Amino acid sequence: MIDALMAAQAAPAEPAAADYWSTLFVFVLSTFIGLGVIRRVSRLLYTPLMSLTNAISAIAVVGSIVVAGADSPPLIRILGGVALFASTTNIVSGFLITDRMLKMFKKQ
Amino acid sequence: MMYGIVQFSAVLATALFIFSLYWMNDPKTARRGVIAGVVGMLVAVVATWIQPEIIHHGWIVVAIIAGFVVGVPLSLVPLTAVPQRTALSHAFGGLAAGLVGTAEYFLGVGQGAEQVTAFRMTAIVAEVILGFLTFTGSLMATGKLQEVKWIPQRPVTYPGQNVVNIGCLIAAMALGGFVVVHPAAAWSPHAFLGIVGLALLFGVLLIIPIGGADMPTVISILNSYAGLSAVAMGFVLNNKLLVTAGALDGSSGLILSIIMCRAMNRSFTNVLFGAFGTVQKTTVVGEQKAWKQETVEGAAQLLEQARLVVVIPGYGMAVAQAQHKVRELYDQLTKRGVTVKFAIHPVAGRMPGHMNVLLAEADIPYTALVEMEEINSDMPQCDVALVIGANDVVNPAARYAKDSPIYGMPIIDADKARTCLAIKRSKKPGFAGIDNELYVQDNTWMLFGDAKAVIGDLVKQLAGGGLH
Repeated sequence: MIDALMAAQAAPAEPAAADYWSTLFVFVLSTFIGLGVIRRVSRLLYTPLMSLTNAISAIAVVGSIVVAGADSPPLIRILGGVALFASTTNIVSGFLITDRMLKMFKKQ
Repeated sequence: MMYGIVQFSAVLATALFIFSLYWMNDPKTARRGVIAGVVGMLVAVVATWIQPEIIHHGWIVVAIIAGFVVGVPLSLVPLTAVPQRTALSHAFGGLAAGLVGTAEYFLGVGQGAEQVTAFRMTAIVAEVILGFLTFTGSLMATGKLQEVKWIPQRPVTYPGQNVVNIGCLIAAMALGGFVVVHPAAAWSPHAFLGIVGLALLFGVLLIIPIGGADMPTVISILNSYAGLSAVAMGFVLNNKLLVTAGALDGSSGLILSIIMCRAMNRSFTNVLFGAFGTVQKTTVVGEQKAWKQETVEGAAQLLEQARLVVVIPGYGMAVAQAQHKVRELYDQLTKRGVTVKFAIHPVAGRMPGHMNVLLAEADIPYTALVEMEEINSDMPQCDVALVIGANDVVNPAARYAKDSPIYGMPIIDADKARTCLAIKRSKKPGFAGIDNELYVQDNTWMLFGDAKAVIGDLVKQLAGGGLH
């Protein structure tokens, strides 16, 4: 039993795979945080909420920058450039329209 | 050092994004949430851009400028068009994920496919399927909402539709399985392109059988998919910030979908595979009663003498652009000491929360907007329920008519008010194609005509009419 455990530890773990597990961990935890936070969002604000989360999930911009800007074949960089354009559009229009809508909510 | 900057900025951006959503719990703090989101985004972008492996800056600048050129006008659309804009941004989100996934696949294969782990390849396949199906599905939804001519508004159904749809998805996943197991095979890139094609096709097939009444749910589900495709991108790039931000978006879409489904008493599978909104023939319960029509003068008098008026707006109000006239009516009545509340059904409008935004634009204070669950207990005390362009959400058939497609859907109890006034453009049934017996009830009076014109007349009557 103990031998088996030792052997398992001694075996060189594939670093990339180990990292994927911690990423999965992060995914599960952040989903729970998301569910908790979103449940408290005011029902008045569901439309701005959707445009705000749209803008936030356009964090895909980070991945697009890496693909578009790294030293890769031009065709790959074109794919990255289009992705970057799409994400930037979401960021810009998402944040602007959210703010525009929220400005309209007045108490009196 | 660089590694530390990236990791720290990711943690900071994640915290800011969570605060951003947290502040949305109250309209008073919500705008702070936007600032937190913008700062988080800037931090993440700058930290990525300064990495030494980013060498083609011109490319990035061009793409970002193009994003601004398209993004700014998209943020200025009229509020009735916000659902289309939202669906379009889901499409962009899906497209970005799909393209990055494709790029990563060919980069990985180019560097030696055997080095791509099965886990990573699975993540790439998931990203590409989710991304591209969200892309075409959301484009279809955008087209339907925008009422583009060549995209049919009514649900398109054919025999064996669900088999075709699910078969398409299964075929894409099966090809994905082959690519994961044999990443180095000569046919693998072709199989990969096959996945892309099938995912694009599946997105279209998924949306064509869905009718207009289900759009709020569909937008929410697509929102969730867009988030999940960002999560998959996070797995591919091993970037935890992408995973957390995508998970926040995904869980938001999930919660909104559940709320929308509950508000229509439907399940996910029923929305996606049920083809709601086809013209249903319902059996008329009891003998067909006649409408009773009310004059503007009479309606104004009823409103003026009320203590509590509950306005029940539907999308018809927004189509008629009547919300500003409604605001004038609100002013006229509150000036006389009448309490006016607005009853908001969760699916009023074409996306979650749409009606609140439309009314807020007309300067109606958000404290007057009341959710369905809260208003229903007040309805028996309500003197006048004023239904403007709403139909299915006030149809009492939802309570008992088991053969009705809206059976079980929670409704606003307009029929329990002492008097009900309903403004309706025509005598045709509503979105779901169902007769509404509220309109022939003993205490219901109809005002036929364009909502904007009718309410304008009511306001004129109240402002100048000799009814005092």
